[in-house]
Amino acid sequence: MAEANLRASDRSRPDNLDPSRSFQGLILALQQYWANWGCVILQPYDMEVGAGTFHPATTLRALGPKPWNAAYVQPSRRPKDGRYGENPNRLQHYYQFQVILKPSPPDIQDLYLNSLKVIGIDPKIHDIRFVEDDWESPTLGAWGLGWECWCDGMEVSQFTYFQQVAGFECSPVAGELTYGLERLAMYVQGVDNVFALNFNGRDDEKKVTYGDVFLQAEQEYSRHNFEFADTGMLFEQFKMAEAACKKYLADGWSKDRKHHLMALPAYDQCIKASHVFNLLDARGVISVTERQSYILRVRELAKACGEAWLATEAGGAAG
Amino acid sequence: MPDLLLEFLSEEIPARMQARAADDLKKMVTDRLVAAGLVYEGAKAFATPRRLALSVHGVLVRQPDIKEQKKGPRVGAPEGAIAGFLKAAGLSLIGEAKVEKDAKKGDFYVAVIEKQGRPAIDVIGEMMPEVVRTFPWPKSMRWGSGRLTWVRPLHSIVATFGPETEEPEIVHFEVGGIKSGNETRGHRFMAPAPFKVRRFDDYVAKLEAAKVVLDPARRAASILADAKHLAFAQGYELVEDDVLLAEVAGLVEWPVTLIGAFDAAYLAIPEEVIRATIRNNQKCFVLRDAATAKLVNKFILVANEEASDGGKAIIAGNERVIRARLSDAKFFYDADLKTRLEDRLPKFGGIVFHDKLGTQAERIARIVALAGQWAPIVGADGAKATRAAQLCKADLLTDVVGEFPELQGLMGRYYAEAQNEDEAVAHACEDHYKPKGPDDLVPGDPVSIAVALADKIDTLVGFWAIDEKPTGSKDPYALRRAALGVIRIIVENELRLPLRLQLWRHFSVIRRDENLADAIALLHPLNEQILKLSATDIELAVKLEVLVSEKAKQLAGPVLVQAHSYLHQTHDLLSFFADRLKVQLREDGARHDLVDAVFALEGQDDLLMIVRRVAALGNFLDTDDGKNLLAGVKRASNILRIEEKKDNKSYAGAPDAKRLAAPEEKALAEAINIAKKDASAAVAKENFAAAMSAMAKLRPRVDAFFEKVTVNVDDKVLRENRLKLLNEIREATRAVADFSRIEG
Repeated sequence: MAEANLRASDRSRPDNLDPSRSFQGLILALQQYWANWGCVILQPYDMEVGAGTFHPATTLRALGPKPWNAAYVQPSRRPKDGRYGENPNRLQHYYQFQVILKPSPPDIQDLYLNSLKVIGIDPKIHDIRFVEDDWESPTLGAWGLGWECWCDGMEVSQFTYFQQVAGFECSPVAGELTYGLERLAMYVQGVDNVFALNFNGRDDEKKVTYGDVFLQAEQEYSRHNFEFADTGMLFEQFKMAEAACKKYLADGWSKDRKHHLMALPAYDQCIKASHVFNLLDARGVISVTERQSYILRVRELAKACGEAWLATEAGGAAG
Repeated sequence: MPDLLLEFLSEEIPARMQARAADDLKKMVTDRLVAAGLVYEGAKAFATPRRLALSVHGVLVRQPDIKEQKKGPRVGAPEGAIAGFLKAAGLSLIGEAKVEKDAKKGDFYVAVIEKQGRPAIDVIGEMMPEVVRTFPWPKSMRWGSGRLTWVRPLHSIVATFGPETEEPEIVHFEVGGIKSGNETRGHRFMAPAPFKVRRFDDYVAKLEAAKVVLDPARRAASILADAKHLAFAQGYELVEDDVLLAEVAGLVEWPVTLIGAFDAAYLAIPEEVIRATIRNNQKCFVLRDAATAKLVNKFILVANEEASDGGKAIIAGNERVIRARLSDAKFFYDADLKTRLEDRLPKFGGIVFHDKLGTQAERIARIVALAGQWAPIVGADGAKATRAAQLCKADLLTDVVGEFPELQGLMGRYYAEAQNEDEAVAHACEDHYKPKGPDDLVPGDPVSIAVALADKIDTLVGFWAIDEKPTGSKDPYALRRAALGVIRIIVENELRLPLRLQLWRHFSVIRRDENLADAIALLHPLNEQILKLSATDIELAVKLEVLVSEKAKQLAGPVLVQAHSYLHQTHDLLSFFADRLKVQLREDGARHDLVDAVFALEGQDDLLMIVRRVAALGNFLDTDDGKNLLAGVKRASNILRIEEKKDNKSYAGAPDAKRLAAPEEKALAEAINIAKKDASAAVAKENFAAAMSAMAKLRPRVDAFFEKVTVNVDDKVLRENRLKLLNEIREATRAVADFSRIEG
């Protein structure tokens, strides 16, 4: 049945949206697949984050008793990974496709494998493997168990069952799937350089590559991240975000401390602090010992935000 | 008798946990069976990436009946006592109890309690939920909305029980919402449909038909055979790798071995880097040319399925990934070659080695100082040893080592060679880590020896100084291995090192506080004196104590006293070396009592001499002279022990020569003097065999003494003198070992 449906949708899909030749086609195929399954399709979070996990739709929604199924693309920034556009695989800005299913359904592995079929990776001819990979985010106070998913020896996704987020036990457990979109696209398009990816699936004069879209940005941001980012301002921003986060957290609590009214704005400041820390780290102005203390400071914010979230309606607090 | 079959089907179990989990399952189930009286004939456990299985055969059908007698009160006892007995024995009327006759104490009641054995299938069903709930996975998790924990989500359980000739029954139980049954699934992609199983035989066969090889040993064997065959077919040889083989066998249920290739241009990268890239990141095997033993541009991969295109896409995909990985590795290697090792050193100033032990730069400075100091002692060129010590850690900052930490040292050698360092210096960059384990060779070149000792001693003294010693099974800094490394380097290279002095000095060096410079400056004149002391012939601590107290008034007391305090730590660390040496000697087959007998002598810090002494002592005790002398010394010691206890005094001190009466007594005293002198002279020359021979000459005199002379005579003065003579026998033998510690 599913196979037949796939073929039907293949036929109805214009060539330039074929995931094996179009980066955006691959994204759309994944979105459609998870939308069909019943996920809400969100848009990227409008702040700088290091990974799709930081989106409140994952971090915060993973906490509390309420079911939650969502999928979204998240542009992710890792200032340290910039290579001035000279490395064929490394980027300081890239896309993750994130799926969060809470509670994790019993057939989540099959759901994932079917999603690979949708983008042209057939497990009948490709060697798909689930290789142990335990996930831990020191800044989010989070950990989970799962795998790296390998396709013919290449890691194409991360698969995690969240056990704890922001220092709180996840119950029910959310399953998180993170697809490395550039890698997957390079694999299905058969290109070795990320900048050579066909972005829009056209082969005519309208063809746009990943390089056309992002090469200049990689060069500029690498300069910024490693050489010019204003560290004085960043140190200030970190302090300000930290202070603001604490302030919103304190102001948001109801008198009886049973309800919180500003968990989301507070969490934004936590995300902000985290990204500013990453920038400072890339600039090499944070020593080894300081590094640990900055991570701890962000974690403290994340934990306090998690606690506040659990006292909101979406976090499952009793009305 | 019936067989039990269990299978737990889950999502992918980490390869490294599978073997242990199979053992744990077997132990948990069979222990419980035996505890319930259900003995069995045999059990086998297996693991694949998705399942744990256990077969127990020849289990009792039911628990044996148990008959138990419970003694009760005497006949005619008060009502309360009778009632209590009935309750405890589970009886309703006293008439149900037997009356046991006893003429002496009076008749009493006995209850015979019979516990009927229950059917094994029920007992097993009851024990299983606990097995699942308490299974000792190294890490386990929850999933969905449940509370059950397992290594990854658990999907189904097979549990059947029954004799070979009949249809087995399902052992019913439920845990975490999963009901046991008799249905499982095959390979995830090739045979995902569920099927029913009966017992172990058809379970294995049906799994095989459903593209699952249950036994990990069989998977490994088939991978190895196929890999060798594929390599051979192309005229190459497989580079075997047992650890990788076991891991790969734990990643697949249906191993399919394929061969791929990469661009031969990458063979310009050091072979170890290629191998690490392909092995660690891709879990693939490499091949070599049998004639030249050089790597070739092929690799073997193990897929988990028979692909419908014969594996073309899988090979192509793996080749692409390996190409990208090798391209990274080549980029790293080429980039590393552009920076000289010494130019990397300033970075170490910003890298903390350990909070309390300073930066890597400080540590390297200490190693440089130590290596320079020891170069002359181990026969190395001082300049080369210092240079090697300076460069030996620099490769830690290279990209290749960052990527593959296990290549540390080796890459240091390659990079040192590439920048035309002296051969001995380049080799020391690699060899100073050796020996890395009991099977590893020790470095033999003097420059490598100097750096290897410096590296290990700095580690040991450092962690000792901050009180991070190994305890029990915990040894996070691998200090035992470091100490054993030092021992093996010294003994196998036949080196003479006054360890005590070296360790003591390094304890004072390891201090990073400002007092360090002062302490060293203050101790400097003292160091000269300390150096003149021979650590083998006196207790260094005692002499230092004297020195310190003499100088304390002139020099700043507290700093000196602090430096002096390192002596305690030095002593502690030395006894750690002694313990490691004992373990090593015992493993080499030396008698532990001989090791103890030599260690019991004070001031032993020359490891090579200790080893030689133990060997000489062992040889001596194999001779008749040795055995008899030992018997004589023991006899003397026993008499002394008894008499000293009786008289509550020690009979130490020389006997009075004028009071020696019997001729055997005189002869013994004379022989002791000669033996003492000769043995000490031989020990001074480190000729332990000669020292033993000198001791051997005592034997007839000791024998004659015990035969003819009575020690416990009435004449008190004579008795005391004779006891002192006995003590002299004991003392004389201490030139080579403490004979009282020797067994036999």
